[in-house]
Amino acid sequence: MKHLLSVGDLDRTGIEQLLELATSFREVTRREIPKVPALRGKVVVSLFYEDSTRTRISFETAAKRLSCDVMGFSVASSSVTKGESLRDTVQTIEAMGIDAVVMRHSAAGAPHRVAEWIDASVVNAGDGCHEHPTQALLDLLTLRHRIGPGLDGARIAIVGDILHSRVARSGAHAFAALGADVTLVAPPTMLPSTVAGWPVTVSHDLDAVLGDLDVVYLLRIQRERQRETRFPSLREYTARYGLTVERAARLRPEALIMHPGPMNRGVEIAAEVAEGPASLITEQVANGVAMRMAVLYELLGAGGGHG
Amino acid sequence: MADLVIRGGRVLDPGGERTADVRVHDGVVVEVGEHLTGDTTLDASGCLVAPGLVDVHVHLREPGMEDAETVETGARAAALGGYTAVVAMPNTTPPLDDPTVVAAVLAAGARAACEVVSSGTITRGRAGEELAPMGELHALGVRMFTDDGDCVADAGVMRRALEYARALPGAVISQHAEDPDLVAGGAMHEGEWSSRLGIPGRPAMAEEVVVARDVILARATGARLHFQHISTAGAVELVRAAKAAGARVTAEACPHHFTLTDACCATFDPVFKVNPPLRTDADLAAIKAGLADGTIDVIATDHAPHPTEAKERPFEEAPSGMLGLETALALVWEELVRPGVLTPLAAFAACSWKPAAIAGLADHGGPVAPGAVANLCVFDPEHRWEVAPERLASKARNTPFAGRTLTGKVRHTLLRGDVVVRDGEAQR
Amino acid sequence: MVPPTGSAGPDPDGTTLPAAAVPGGRSASGAVPPVWVRRARLLDADALRRVHTRIAHEIVERNQGAEAVVLVGLYTRGVAVARRLADAIGAFEGVTVPVGALDVAFYRDDIALRPVQPLGPTEVPVDVTGRVVVLVDDVLFTGRTVRAALDALTELGRPRAVQLAVLIDRGHRELPIRADFVGKNLPTHEDDDVRVRLAETDGTDDGIELWSPAALGDPGADPGADPGPDPDEARP
Repeated sequence: MKHLLSVGDLDRTGIEQLLELATSFREVTRREIPKVPALRGKVVVSLFYEDSTRTRISFETAAKRLSCDVMGFSVASSSVTKGESLRDTVQTIEAMGIDAVVMRHSAAGAPHRVAEWIDASVVNAGDGCHEHPTQALLDLLTLRHRIGPGLDGARIAIVGDILHSRVARSGAHAFAALGADVTLVAPPTMLPSTVAGWPVTVSHDLDAVLGDLDVVYLLRIQRERQRETRFPSLREYTARYGLTVERAARLRPEALIMHPGPMNRGVEIAAEVAEGPASLITEQVANGVAMRMAVLYELLGAGGGHG
Repeated sequence: MADLVIRGGRVLDPGGERTADVRVHDGVVVEVGEHLTGDTTLDASGCLVAPGLVDVHVHLREPGMEDAETVETGARAAALGGYTAVVAMPNTTPPLDDPTVVAAVLAAGARAACEVVSSGTITRGRAGEELAPMGELHALGVRMFTDDGDCVADAGVMRRALEYARALPGAVISQHAEDPDLVAGGAMHEGEWSSRLGIPGRPAMAEEVVVARDVILARATGARLHFQHISTAGAVELVRAAKAAGARVTAEACPHHFTLTDACCATFDPVFKVNPPLRTDADLAAIKAGLADGTIDVIATDHAPHPTEAKERPFEEAPSGMLGLETALALVWEELVRPGVLTPLAAFAACSWKPAAIAGLADHGGPVAPGAVANLCVFDPEHRWEVAPERLASKARNTPFAGRTLTGKVRHTLLRGDVVVRDGEAQR
Repeated sequence: MVPPTGSAGPDPDGTTLPAAAVPGGRSASGAVPPVWVRRARLLDADALRRVHTRIAHEIVERNQGAEAVVLVGLYTRGVAVARRLADAIGAFEGVTVPVGALDVAFYRDDIALRPVQPLGPTEVPVDVTGRVVVLVDDVLFTGRTVRAALDALTELGRPRAVQLAVLIDRGHRELPIRADFVGKNLPTHEDDDVRVRLAETDGTDDGIELWSPAALGDPGADPGADPGPDPDEARP
């Protein structure tokens, strides 16, 4: 594997192998010295065109625990703001001698373009509304350690602004690839005009599907969507689609709750629910580093590399 | 002045098709017949000898964006594509909303390889609010008025423009039909592919809402209205119904809209980004059907050059538009004529004499007959060639057909009797 | 990432290296895969049992008991061997020796030269600091796996001493590493493959065999998966 751009680049076997690898790194991250020399001398650049402290820190920590050298590229203080094209920017960075670019961009497909322009590996850390493959993988890793290696037959609902969600695009395909039944739950204004090609069913009514679920996956609500008339008010959104205490009480006792963060407590999820025993939210964050170590190791080490 | 004979081809013009040589003298066709001789000859064996093509929709980027294209380079690309006249769109910097700017474009076109006709804007600054000085522009020869690049979204402004144009002989209001609120932020066709790729969509309804509205306005005002780059099945059906009801509307389609679909966007390469966007297979079929039954009158390229670095951005951030002039006729032949959608005669009608009539260009669009101005295109339908962006005459490289082998190429182009393209090479 | 349990070809736990990774070795990638021929049956189940027993005694003898000893097996077969040694020591000494499992993938020096995948999670049940760690593997070859194991072990603590036990020492060391306890010294050619089968890891009867790529015109050469009549026995 040269790049990780989309969940669709991986088949079920490929996903399972990455999860297996991540399990070894989970052990490493729990050691007193949570670091291995595996990727000594490899240079990883984190190139974030969009702010995301959480994802950036998670990737940089993963790279450092593999003994990579990590270069942060700050877009705000760079020539990007002077109108340099994306291609010029990444080719300049590559000329410094790097092995991988971890890239976050506000536009869909930006990492795919970069992968065509440079020889280094490219990891998609979130591209516009398109994909966030490492989030989907760390979510699978989290579920794997709670409900077993496969998701066959598990009923998972992804609730929220599906239309604008890269987490939903990656997650729906990853969950389905491991055998889950995925339902997208959202008002019609927050769904794509068609979900043809998505391995999902669709519902506009959270209460109707709630009682059957094994996993409720809540997406962050972006307040600016209200100005786009995607929904009338946060209060109405919470009333119809929020995982309130009352709704959580109607979940099956063994049902699990996930959220990619950062949360709007009291909007898509009640604070008590987010901190309750069914919540995997903290585990998701903890698994992020091990999963991203697995991805970097797979791209720069295990695959035979390119340098 | 010496005689020039175009020898060995098949003449094709509004009168039909026949084997004949064509003698040109002093910029005018003087004789059409068999076994002609002259001081110089152009070999047309295996070729169609037809009126030069007319493109009612090109972006020449001058003034203001000369790094993408100039009148000179755009006209050279047009001539290589067999065009003898093109209508330059007004979304320049400054825009073509002022007589001095229009005059400058016309002056730049005077020595070009193709006749360059200027459009004029409908509204000042293409802002969609106040009418541009349409009368002053008309006096400079402007016949097509458009805010292209943008839609005239305000129904009140559109109504006034249509009404006002009725006082200007030959004037036609030309609409880029895409409702700006419905396409806000969109970068590709809204559908299965945009859903999968997470790229904000431009829905078909955005085009159809404006076409439906403007058909009503055109019928109510009795004005001439032209729809640019129709791209959806629904829009084709609306135009078909409008024509049946007697509205004075015409419509154009672009080669990329009957050749490529939104699936191309899966590459995330903005060379496939264009407005209106590449649509679905069903839309593509409807465009072909609309061309076949005459609902769509003309084929225009919407030739839209952009500098390479502008397309080296992510899809959503790159500018819209693709090159078209040098590949159009080959694509018409491959996608429409060979499969039997259009006869050769209907294809040239859509590319030459019908657009000439819409743009009010009496010297273009034939016939190939004594006394006609010698604006001619000699086309070899069997010539195979590969589209190599670096070999295009256009200053820009943003062709979506790079690397594709096409069959059919313009061998010679004559502008007022001058050979501006000889054996596929530009002479100006 | 699952270790191949089949017979032919390189074994990723470091028992043998793929030819491409061995300096001067045969080219593996792109070339026609060699036909492997079994040259010898080295140890059968009974012999292996005796080897385990002997090494177990040697460990106890060297360390004057087993109280401070931790047996740490290297994935995959080293872990099984370590458990057998612990069982043997338990049988004659009456003590329970802790057994750990060590994965050395992330410490190897050939990452990015070939696919290096972890074979299992590192699990050492006790603090190694102050103890005698006996690293256990099935075959000692270039020494690079043991070198990586020493690094991996360092991350876990500071043992009083580290010793090395192997079933087979086949020579061709590329590093200054020597085993403390050896089941059998075996002269081999660099291209040979020493194939270890253990009931726990391979689901077959125990056995160790020597295989090598067939030379041109080699009598009895046939694919390794089904060796057929033993070519070794056919030879004078």
